[in-house]
Amino acid sequence: MSTLSERILGGKAGDYVDVEVDRAYVHDGTGVLTLEAWKEMGCPGPANPERLYILFDHIVPANNSTTATLQKELREFARSKGLHFSDIGGGVCHQLMGEGEVLPGEIVVGADSHSCTLGAFGAFATGVGATDMAAVWGSGLIWFRVPETIAIRLSGSFNGAVEAKDLALTVISKLGMDGASYQALEYIGDGMKSLSMEGRLTITNLATEAGAKTGLFYADDVTLAYLRQFGHQVEKQVPEPCTYVRDVNIDLGDLVPVVAVPPRVDSAKPVESLEGLQLDQVFVGTCTNGRFEDLQRFASIVRGKKVKVRTIVIPSSAEVLRKAADTGVLSTIVASGCTIGTPGCGPCLGAHMGVIGEGEVCLSTANRNFTNRMGIGGSIYLASVSTAAASAITGVLTVPGRVP
Amino acid sequence: MKLEGKALCLGADIDTDVIIAGRYLRTKDRQVWVEHVFEDLDPSLGSRLRGSVIVAGRNFGCGSSREQAAVALKEAGLVAVVAPSFSRIFFRNAINVGLPVIEGECDCSSGDHVVIDLDEGVVSCGGVVTPVRPLSPRMKEILHEGGLVRHWRSKKQ
Repeated sequence: MSTLSERILGGKAGDYVDVEVDRAYVHDGTGVLTLEAWKEMGCPGPANPERLYILFDHIVPANNSTTATLQKELREFARSKGLHFSDIGGGVCHQLMGEGEVLPGEIVVGADSHSCTLGAFGAFATGVGATDMAAVWGSGLIWFRVPETIAIRLSGSFNGAVEAKDLALTVISKLGMDGASYQALEYIGDGMKSLSMEGRLTITNLATEAGAKTGLFYADDVTLAYLRQFGHQVEKQVPEPCTYVRDVNIDLGDLVPVVAVPPRVDSAKPVESLEGLQLDQVFVGTCTNGRFEDLQRFASIVRGKKVKVRTIVIPSSAEVLRKAADTGVLSTIVASGCTIGTPGCGPCLGAHMGVIGEGEVCLSTANRNFTNRMGIGGSIYLASVSTAAASAITGVLTVPGRVP
Repeated sequence: MKLEGKALCLGADIDTDVIIAGRYLRTKDRQVWVEHVFEDLDPSLGSRLRGSVIVAGRNFGCGSSREQAAVALKEAGLVAVVAPSFSRIFFRNAINVGLPVIEGECDCSSGDHVVIDLDEGVVSCGGVVTPVRPLSPRMKEILHEGGLVRHWRSKKQ
């Protein structure tokens, strides 16, 4: 009887295993060091280029000639070696891997800490560094210590303007920033049925913020229906009785909209307790909350109104942008006075357009609020899309659902 | 394998954004990372890393997977990091670039002499000896050879 991680990795918690990687991806940031390490290793290959992806998202389009030159080298490498490649504007790596690439039961590594996002499909997906990734390029293999698993048991369904992000931030606060170190999170229980695939991706995206190796949902009808859009027929994963190191029980109906206060992700407080906080910028997007449902929800709240604070909306992929354009979501957002960025990471990591100035406060739908991350001397509050939309309209932190 | 250096005490949850900020990542020039290491935490720290052992609180290296964080510490001359726990990606990165990372606890006073004995599995801080979690044989091998790249090259020969 095994946890989902044990089943996929083929070992018991605590075992060291060498496993074959089904999909491995890097972005323009980590790809540069991966390529350097791979060259130094002097490998032939890479082994299995059809399993490898280079996806540009961190600084897109390039901001200066140094970045452009680094990207040029990676682009040429991807093309000459036959790796999957997505150029500037294609979207955030985790989102692209979630658009019909990753399937249940696969072993997936990404050279980015938020690669745990793909666990939402019932895959074992985790982040690695550049040199580990170079070894995967060279051998197709990686070693893991099979993690113990914490069960997040969900019941009920969300009330009012509560959404997946509020659940994710609440879970991280219950566990603490290292509460799941070296371990995996499994989201189980009847409550998961009410969570959409996109909502699940938001939840697993934040697993790493509690130190977890990955976060997993068992593939169910929701997963199967989502993957069918991309032409995949897959089977459900049925949970077995197994040993969890800890159980965290959450009734989705008890949750309220929350905000994570800088500089910690595990600091969720009810939005209500900080309502009225002055904002200088609102940012909606990233691998956490830049999906189509997110943009749709944002548009439904700002429709017919004008934002009172500068607001940047960045779709997480070209496909999301296309859908938003086709459905009128995009024009609603633009009409409300928001600015739209190139699909990608945007200002999340403080390296590209949309960074904030000294003393400024940004309300962001991303996943990290560390010191100076989005700009020197700035502060980042993390919240849901609904909270971001309500606050964009008032210009101050606002409980969603209360906007006139 | 024995390592020693002067203790440099840091708190818990030191994230990779403060080790090396996102704005310095777009380069292959390792010297850039050495110049700006810990800039957002304490700009004076960078010049004190050579010959030192960082003794930190829990969850050292949390956040981004950026390997530049481990590279910056290694290139700045840091001997090792001792902490009760590490963020797992940073932990792997450190071993892979040849920077010893030791799971253990020390009562840290800045400047104390720290000695780590990887084979015995102990750390001594200011003369007080405590056991540490042993590294796996594979990790020790990688460290011994100076990182995963060299480990690979030696395997191929």
